[in-house]
Amino acid sequence: MTATRTIIETIDLTKIYGMGDVSVTALDSVNIHIEVGEFVAIMGASGSGKSTLLNILGCLSTPTSGKYILDGEDVSDLDKVQLATIRSRKLGYIFQSYNLLPRTTALRNVMLPLLYDRTRKVPAEKWEEMAKDTLEAVGLGDRMKHQPQELSGGQQQRVAIARALVNDPVLIIADEPTGNLDSRSGEEIMLLLDKLHGQGATLVVVTHDPIVAAHTARTIHLKDGCIDTIVQNDNNHLRLSEKEASHATH
Amino acid sequence: MRPIEVLRIAWEAIGKNKVRALLTMLGIIIGVAAVIIMIAVSAGTEATISDQITSLGTNLIFISSGFSRMGPGNASFSASSGGLVMVDSSGGLVYDDATAIADQVSGVKGVVVEQQATETIKAGNVTLDSIEIVGTSVDFPAVRDMKVKDGRYFTEEEITHKTKVAVLGYDLAQELFGDADPIGESILVSTTRLTVIGVMAERGTVGEVDYDARLYTPLSVVLQKFARTPFARIMGDRVRMIYVQIADSANMDNVILQIQLLLAKRHNVSLDSADFTITTQQDIIATQESTTAAFRSLLAWVAGVSLIVGGIGIMNIMLVSVTERTREIGVRQSVGATPGDVRWQFLTEALLMSLLGGLIGVVVGVGGAWVFGTVSAMRTVVVPSSILLAFGSAAVVGAFFGFYPANRAAQLDPIDALRHE
Repeated sequence: MTATRTIIETIDLTKIYGMGDVSVTALDSVNIHIEVGEFVAIMGASGSGKSTLLNILGCLSTPTSGKYILDGEDVSDLDKVQLATIRSRKLGYIFQSYNLLPRTTALRNVMLPLLYDRTRKVPAEKWEEMAKDTLEAVGLGDRMKHQPQELSGGQQQRVAIARALVNDPVLIIADEPTGNLDSRSGEEIMLLLDKLHGQGATLVVVTHDPIVAAHTARTIHLKDGCIDTIVQNDNNHLRLSEKEASHATH
Repeated sequence: MRPIEVLRIAWEAIGKNKVRALLTMLGIIIGVAAVIIMIAVSAGTEATISDQITSLGTNLIFISSGFSRMGPGNASFSASSGGLVMVDSSGGLVYDDATAIADQVSGVKGVVVEQQATETIKAGNVTLDSIEIVGTSVDFPAVRDMKVKDGRYFTEEEITHKTKVAVLGYDLAQELFGDADPIGESILVSTTRLTVIGVMAERGTVGEVDYDARLYTPLSVVLQKFARTPFARIMGDRVRMIYVQIADSANMDNVILQIQLLLAKRHNVSLDSADFTITTQQDIIATQESTTAAFRSLLAWVAGVSLIVGGIGIMNIMLVSVTERTREIGVRQSVGATPGDVRWQFLTEALLMSLLGGLIGVVVGVGGAWVFGTVSAMRTVVVPSSILLAFGSAAVVGAFFGFYPANRAAQLDPIDALRHE
């Protein structure tokens, strides 16, 4: 067991949509704790609040109350510009429908996050090289100049994964990454995510597919905006944290 | 985000929808081209008018009576320097006034009087109707800057003796005699026989006057034989207009004052209620210019409206584009684009489109003005500042109408944008 750092920590995370009588509590005091290098699945029926949770964890929206500390930084009350900056610096997304820019080459798609990085981590003249390296890492070295419509679903999702990785994020968030793929391509994508996990990436995947969840070390089940159960998956080789049980206030 | 990347993305976005972009730009293209062409046409017209007025002769003063054709009552006393002056007298300028000016006013180079009649001319078996007969004085060719091509002009003596001689305009000579030499030939004007003594060099049509289709004869002959229009009958030996050419344009004010005093004395009127009007070439040019300037600004406004319409077209398409590309906006936001980045991207796209349209419009406008000037009789002068004006307006229009769609794109919520189908 090595010393770790906390990537995600939520404290009584609550999200309420609407106001007054018509308000809906999508998330109700959720406490989650994810360490660096973890591979975690979030599952739940529709309406369980998993999308809401994903949006907040992905810094696409902010909680109504409670705290979200991402990589040691409190991001609960940031404005739009600050959230965008956090997304650029710390996060990578993988979507169910890939969300690649149409009529744009794989290379340009992967370069996209670099364009918006205002910290200038990577100088402009290295962007292309960086994107190429990342595409090669996901096994698409020979498809760089292809546009999304010329690629298979699995290949498109690999491009999307490369795009998520290119900024060297502290957290990768995947929303039903295999939802649009056949089982074989889906399995390949999951193996790729496993590989990233093996290389030390921190991944949170939202899914309702038990096969996908089985790749992860731990599955957080949501129900009615609360954490229902946390399951340590059998196949995982990571340590179990006793803290997690206590965080799973139910 | 680096400006070069913003530009590149905007350029690529336009490139992905070339036809649509071109159609969108059409409004701007037409607007810019219209501004340039319309200003070129009006500047050309202005230049033509100014040329015509100058080509009447140099350093002229027009003295006209109250019946002046030079504009209904707007002729004025003028003390501007240089150019033509016109004298017009309603109480009746008479031929003796012209003689008096020539004799008594210093600094005068020439005085010309014109009296016109319209008659039928016969020469051999050629008959021409409605030919303008111009009765004038000896200084006419010098003052009006015209040359005698063949033969000679008539003399002071011939005016005094009312000798029946004629000098033909170039085209008139051609029509009457063809290639034959008309000098010494006899022609019948109405019922009077005139001997042709000369042919004027070609001058062409200036203003609405075709100088080559006229017949020039001593003033005294016209007054005696042809002054038969009702107007002329009332006027007797009165003349409608006296042209005075001044030796030195620096003396213009002084000469005008001398003429005013002389004529006032001769007509026994005060300067406040003078029965004549003195106008200079400058006055006429200024009047014409103010007219064409008003015309020009009207055209510019009309063209400006089409630019605004073009801008609305851009706004419309940009709004459609923002809706269509909502998901793209969401993706960009998810990888770190701030509202400012998104706003810039769409604003740049609108601006690029209008500038591109402006550029094409400039090419079309300059080309169109050239074609217009070449194909039609209309003269066009492309005014460089109009290119700047048109192009600048296109840029302003693009920025103005691009702002609203860009702002809408910037305000999209990333979650909604990503979910957008």
